[in-house]
Amino acid sequence: MKTFEYTAVTDVRSAVGAFPEGAAFLAGGTNLVDLMKLGVATPDVLVDINKLPLHEIEELPGGGLRIGAGVRNSDLAAHPRVRSDFPVLSEALLNGASGQLRNMATTGGNLLQRTRCRYFTDMTKPCNKHEPGSGCPAREGDHRNLAILGASEHCVATHPSDMAVALAALDAVVLITGPDGDREVPVTELHRLPGDAPQLDSVLRHGELITAVEVPALAFARVSAYRKARDRASYAFAVGSVAAALDVEDGVVRDVRLAFGAVAAKPWRAYRAEEALRNGRATRESFLAAADAELTEAEPLRDNAYKVTLIRNLVASTLERLVTA
Amino acid sequence: MTSTAHRAVGQPIGRIEGPAKVSGEATYAAEYPVKDVVYAWVVQSPVARGTLKSVGTADGTLAVLWHGNAPAIEKVDDPELAVLQSDRIGYRGQAIALVVATTLEAARRAAQVISLEIDEEPHDALLTADHPGRYTPETVNPAFPPVSRKGDFDAAYAAAPVTVDVRYETPALHNNPMEPHATIALWEGDDLVLYDSNQHPPGVAATLGEVFGLPAERVHVIAEHVGGGFGSKGTARPNAVLAAMAAKVVGRPVKLALPRQAMFSMVGYRTPTLQRIRLGAERDGTLTAIGHEAVEQSSRIFEFAEQTTVVTRHMYAAANRYTGHELVRLDMPTPRWMRAPGEAPGMVGLECAMDELAEQLGLDPIELRIRNEPAAEPESGVPFSSRHYVACLREGAERFGWAGREHKPRLRREGNWLIGTGMAGATYPAMVQPSVARVRITPDGSAEVAIGASDIGTGARTILTQIAADELDLPVERVRVRLGDSTLPKASVAGGSSGSASWGWAVTGACRELRRSGKDEAVFDSTDLVKKQETDGKHAYGAHFAEVRVDADTGEVRVTRLFGMYAAGRILNPRTARSQFIGAMTMGMGMALHEEGVLDPATGDWVNHDLAEYHIPVHADIESVEAAWLDERDDDLNPMGSKGIGEIGIVGSPAAIVNAVWHATGIRVRDLPVRLDKLLTAGL
Repeated sequence: MKTFEYTAVTDVRSAVGAFPEGAAFLAGGTNLVDLMKLGVATPDVLVDINKLPLHEIEELPGGGLRIGAGVRNSDLAAHPRVRSDFPVLSEALLNGASGQLRNMATTGGNLLQRTRCRYFTDMTKPCNKHEPGSGCPAREGDHRNLAILGASEHCVATHPSDMAVALAALDAVVLITGPDGDREVPVTELHRLPGDAPQLDSVLRHGELITAVEVPALAFARVSAYRKARDRASYAFAVGSVAAALDVEDGVVRDVRLAFGAVAAKPWRAYRAEEALRNGRATRESFLAAADAELTEAEPLRDNAYKVTLIRNLVASTLERLVTA
Repeated sequence: MTSTAHRAVGQPIGRIEGPAKVSGEATYAAEYPVKDVVYAWVVQSPVARGTLKSVGTADGTLAVLWHGNAPAIEKVDDPELAVLQSDRIGYRGQAIALVVATTLEAARRAAQVISLEIDEEPHDALLTADHPGRYTPETVNPAFPPVSRKGDFDAAYAAAPVTVDVRYETPALHNNPMEPHATIALWEGDDLVLYDSNQHPPGVAATLGEVFGLPAERVHVIAEHVGGGFGSKGTARPNAVLAAMAAKVVGRPVKLALPRQAMFSMVGYRTPTLQRIRLGAERDGTLTAIGHEAVEQSSRIFEFAEQTTVVTRHMYAAANRYTGHELVRLDMPTPRWMRAPGEAPGMVGLECAMDELAEQLGLDPIELRIRNEPAAEPESGVPFSSRHYVACLREGAERFGWAGREHKPRLRREGNWLIGTGMAGATYPAMVQPSVARVRITPDGSAEVAIGASDIGTGARTILTQIAADELDLPVERVRVRLGDSTLPKASVAGGSSGSASWGWAVTGACRELRRSGKDEAVFDSTDLVKKQETDGKHAYGAHFAEVRVDADTGEVRVTRLFGMYAAGRILNPRTARSQFIGAMTMGMGMALHEEGVLDPATGDWVNHDLAEYHIPVHADIESVEAAWLDERDDDLNPMGSKGIGEIGIVGSPAAIVNAVWHATGIRVRDLPVRLDKLLTAGL
């Protein structure tokens, strides 16, 4: 592990005010510390933010929630309001990682975890995220669990978070504090598609810190679900997932929120599918057709075309489940 | 022979070292407190083939060893132990340098950033069935003929009214015991002390002695507790040599614990296999021709030929038979033993092909097997010392609830789940190896048994205690077994499911000699008796049954029930036996559904080299795994009447699951692991 300095901060202003070049924030450390051991992350300074007062879940007027960036995944999943009003979020969290990891991992850190692309986690191989221009061996090599949407010739990585997929479906907003002040970014716009700068995972600028995530009120999110398909029953990243909330009346879709996981470098909000579903019949056929509308843009590689079928089927079965919920 | 009241043997006694293990008091190799110890980290080759020209230096290190400066060591049979002796790079992940530093973190970082000058050459990493480099090895592991023929396979197969000709593939599988390989090496003058995680302390001592030009007794290997091995710790591995070499160079004790990532290339893995199985049968299911061929790989450095189709020589009757093996040498790491080498992959091919034959015949797969039960070893004609395969099939079917199963697939559905059942046979040879044991009566009337064996988590220490207690007519609390130390009487390797039989024989002999002589110490060497034994015709048998459900939308496979019914001689301890059976069945589930070294041919590397990406079953995958056994008596084995049980659980259990997936879905996935992408692509 590269030698680093360690400093702990207790207020947000000093955390972002004195954030040196080559520094990284340390929250739960469940991803960062692994990457430091592997030599993928080599910060000069770790700024420990675990003592910042960001551990609360506040109820907002009108029914939304403000989730502190330091709230642990376990605590968020177990929160009574999350479980009753946003079950998709609770389910997504509980489908991620293991009990021990969820006890450490934070809301902000979960959003910023890095891809599990097997070339990215190995410094003996080329990767445009390590070193722009070094190449992407995944396109010809192992990409069974990499992107089918929004990828570029430079990078086909996927974002591994389950939680972020639920937050994307719920129109959540990320609250950010930085050296230049505060700003808000929708979760759907936090992560970048790779384009020709795959080394940049997100739109965060140097020294910016996620302080909270706001989930706006959405009455019909009480009827929501997260369905994750994976290669074993637990403790595995998704090979495809769907977050959905559905409002049905008399067999007709009044409104819907839909997002896909493990298909792109960001949680993939399925706006086209949502559009196709609104005011249509709540049947398996129309659910499949809506999924197809979203997946027309899919560009699978040699070994991941199954994801198109998988996501299509997951959309149908998840929405069917919500119709009868 | 002494008549013995067996009060301890056969009892479900808990592991003697269990409390020490679960409380963290048991000491594993890397945990010994050794004064002034320093840390080593292996620099692994980033290329699959080439020449190492030079290695740079690194600040903050005690030493950077490579072939340009490493001490010369003696050549031994295993060329993988000739570490840092040559500029040739034989595979990606090979140890090409070693960094030593006063902290683990500093050693690791230096190994990551140190400069390597390498002349890289084009490499060949991909095994294919028509690879031009295929050849037939002289023997397959450990010393079987690579090819066997009986009758006229080609003619019989051509004439058979019903035939199956299928190809099954198993991927590279990687040994990942809970405790990775680890060594602390220290020199006491010219004597070498190794705290080393291994399956054979006397063997490691002898080999390290050869490497460093020392007699075996000048090397002291301590392996009191070992967190599994599966065969990958059966002989000294490069970590032991590297640690000892580094300790010599820096003049301080050196600790080298392999990181999980290094387990995939440095300790031996199960070769991928490309199998072709041809079965010819009469319309009533009587087999007339059995053909089983396998193409496998080894490294450029060492020929290891997995005996994949040897198991087919023992299973079913048929007058016309052919088995064969071909090997391809690639720029890939050296494959070695992994739990049931040969039997585990071979029975995937054979038992899935038998299921396909049963489908064609419209015959129950159990009935098909019963109709082809041989009266003696099908190839050698040697009688079986005991064989209760049919009894396992029948009793297992009864307990599992097989009766009334539809022959046709995809007929059961509950909600979104497609449900199916499958079965497959199991077998493993009952082996025994020479060993020596010593027993002493201490002044307080207790007994101390000593044997240089290794308990790799199987319960060996407990079973040997039970055996000695009965032979000496003492309660188990009055017997203490010492093992895991090369200075104790020489024991055979903890491998080939032969530990209990081999060490138990030596311990039994020592106890009987003690009682006969009336002295308070006796030593017994089983070598002469073991060598006189007929080795053919001695096998354990069993049957595996699986019920699976497959999500019709996602293709996710879950194993609802996995059941093993065994006939494996006398079961010495039902508690530790059950643990071995269901542990191996769980590993079989991993082989069927999860485990795969994913090869990137362009880099010559398995890219999923950690336990986040190389999947093994987790607790949530285990819904019901149960084992049962018949009370089998066999007096031709050893004084205990036991057969080995450490490996049979992984033989056939993968095929039972694969066959159940077919029964659930109607899809035959013939390249393992059976995963959702393959089912979806096949049109689930």
